Amino acid sequence: MASTEIARQAGEGVRAVPLAGHVGFDSMPDQLVNKSVNRGFCFNILCVGETGLGKSTLMDTLFNTKFEGEPTQHNQPGVTLKSNTYELQESNVRLKLTVVNTVGFGDQINKEDSYKSIVEFIDAQFEAYLQEELKIKRTLHSYHDTRIHACLYFIAPTGHSLKSLDLVTMKKLDSKVNIIPIVAKSDAIAKSELAKFKIKITSELVSNGVQIYQFPTDDESVAEINSTMNSHLPFAVVGSTEEVKIGNKMVKARQYPWGTVQVENENHCDFVKLREMLIRVNMEDLREQTHTRHYELYRRCKLEEMGFKDTDPDSKPFSLQETYEAKRNEFMGELQKKEEEMRQMFVQRVKEKEAELKEAEKELHEKFDRLKKLHQDEKKKLEDKKKSLDDEVNTFKQKKTAAELLQNQAQQAGGSTTLKRDKERKN
Amino acid sequence: LTDAIPHHPNPQGKGEKSHGGDFSYVGIDAILEQMRRKAMKQGFELNLMVVGQSGLGKSTLMNTLFKSKVSRNKSVQSNPEERIPKTVEIKSISHDIEEKGVRMKLTVIDTPGFGDQINNENCWQPIMKFINDQYEAYLQEEININRKKRIPDSRVHCCIYFIPPTGHCLRPLDVEFMRRLSKVVNIVPVIAKADTLTLEERDSFKQTIREELRANGIDVYPQKEFDEDAEDRMINDKIREMIPFAVVGSDQEYQVNGKRLLGRKTKWGTIEVENIAHCEFAYLRDLLIRTHMQNIKDITGSIHYETYRVRRLNESNGHVISQTSDHMAVQPKANGQLEEQPGALQANGVAAQHEALSHEM
Repeated sequence: MASTEIARQAGEGVRAVPLAGHVGFDSMPDQLVNKSVNRGFCFNILCVGETGLGKSTLMDTLFNTKFEGEPTQHNQPGVTLKSNTYELQESNVRLKLTVVNTVGFGDQINKEDSYKSIVEFIDAQFEAYLQEELKIKRTLHSYHDTRIHACLYFIAPTGHSLKSLDLVTMKKLDSKVNIIPIVAKSDAIAKSELAKFKIKITSELVSNGVQIYQFPTDDESVAEINSTMNSHLPFAVVGSTEEVKIGNKMVKARQYPWGTVQVENENHCDFVKLREMLIRVNMEDLREQTHTRHYELYRRCKLEEMGFKDTDPDSKPFSLQETYEAKRNEFMGELQKKEEEMRQMFVQRVKEKEAELKEAEKELHEKFDRLKKLHQDEKKKLEDKKKSLDDEVNTFKQKKTAAELLQNQAQQAGGSTTLKRDKERKN
Repeated sequence: LTDAIPHHPNPQGKGEKSHGGDFSYVGIDAILEQMRRKAMKQGFELNLMVVGQSGLGKSTLMNTLFKSKVSRNKSVQSNPEERIPKTVEIKSISHDIEEKGVRMKLTVIDTPGFGDQINNENCWQPIMKFINDQYEAYLQEEININRKKRIPDSRVHCCIYFIPPTGHCLRPLDVEFMRRLSKVVNIVPVIAKADTLTLEERDSFKQTIREELRANGIDVYPQKEFDEDAEDRMINDKIREMIPFAVVGSDQEYQVNGKRLLGRKTKWGTIEVENIAHCEFAYLRDLLIRTHMQNIKDITGSIHYETYRVRRLNESNGHVISQTSDHMAVQPKANGQLEEQPGALQANGVAAQHEALSHEM
């Protein structure tokens, strides 16, 4: 629910009147807070940094819990974003925390497009919210807000200066998200070098015009601590979930042969400052800046891109909502048309192919029939020939037998014929 | 979702540095303090409308509720002709009030002339129009491309309806008004000048009213359908059994039993406004201000306003479907053809239609 800044000037036409007794609206902040407690809170952190800079460990340390996930490999082909949502609770406050990690950032040989998937992800969350906001029937109060509230940018502890990848990425992100730069694994840098490193980073950021998140100093109760912390940026942090016994207490620390780095010791690193600023003092401000500055900018650009203008007051409710919808319908219509076309073409092709195949089949059948007929003819011919041959053979055999018979007869008759001839001669 | 519950938190210091000993304390609950700070800085707004015939003590009740002169006093107008307007007027006054560091902009919207004519037909229309106009103004700002960081909220959060203490039943005007307006705004009915009713009369009057409201399907605040959970329902059921509150207003203090109390002095006794044995003013005050103020604003914003918005956007959609797609993005300054474009005319045409539609209920 929005409320205006209360105008105390008489020029605004609103007079201040004193109250004669206790009315009771001083309970309003409590009523508001109670409502929020019932609803629960949402907080989304994006961790950008090269593989191996301790992003996951730092998250574990900050929220005092073990988030899931194994360490990522270094051979990712591109930068992807992996997001996980957790439900945390402390006293009566329920927090839906989403931690988004950049996987494979800085691992590629060509890193020109590394920032693109990050920007796309951030924009996608804004887009989802915008869509919900523009819906006709919307449920904004129960919408799970996935917009990134804080971006922790992990800088490698080289001790020299920012890498160009870092500068380019931060420049691309600074108008879309609240950036809090931190020096990761800062136990790798000696204290003296650390101060110089911080100064170098800050000056490089300034000279490149990168806008990092400034802790707000307009509210007196936190102005002092916030401005002090602003001067300590970037925070040099060390993360650890392992506990070491120091004195008679167990503390989170990293143990080396030459000493132990205590995470929560402000002389050792800025972890406590980070936790204080990120969670205990400015979480609400981070959420508010995301909504009122970064999201508004995205919304304005997106709507202007689509051709809306604020000029005509009468046409606004009409043009905004239904133009958006109409454009989307138009797009969907085109998409469907294209789909139809493709489908038609496909059907067409299938038909053609079918016809072709049918033709071929027909031809083959014909050929087969022809050949069969040919074969039958030949067979018949052969049979005829065989028959005639058989006949000849038979005839021949007959003749042969006949001839033999004649011969035999002739021989017999030769005797007898001779006799007969003799007889005839005698006669 | 993975459940990751940290160790038992140390209840010490919400926003203060508490490191060293309580490493198990993350500090998530510090957000409550941050929200409180932000709320105190921004301040709050409340817009209350009072509706009822003249003479029912509307202004006095407002002044009693907020313990200051926040409503127009009729004695300001001395001209008798001006006293009862010919039609219902809407007069809104804003004041900044502050209590224990909490600042609030209170706007009281008075409706002189309501129910005062001989023929009161449609006297609710100007009120409906006003309420819808506030929704419209909010919608227009919300839809802007360059919109304000905090949209000024002039929407009517609650409408207090004053029922005359006849003791019998609701009049047709009461039923008509509440039936129509309960659909667009939170209505809290009160029995005005309840010091003319005895306790028994009061109870039977209330019962009759409740039955009549039920019979006519009138949902007054707190509406049953918006109870969030069982706890809510329990609290609200108790309230629903008591409405309408029988109230008495006064801005005069009298000495009663050694204390100075707000009350009305009569020959037969002094009615103490804040004494729940005498009247139910304290319940009304607690409901409106001390316990349910945020809820009233929430229902206005997430239900009544959204209903209006849905209707409005659907209206405009229905008219534009016939429009061709190339007239969509109205950019009048770019090309000077504003007049020829049916888009702009359509917009104006529909805008006029909107006026008629908003009167319709």
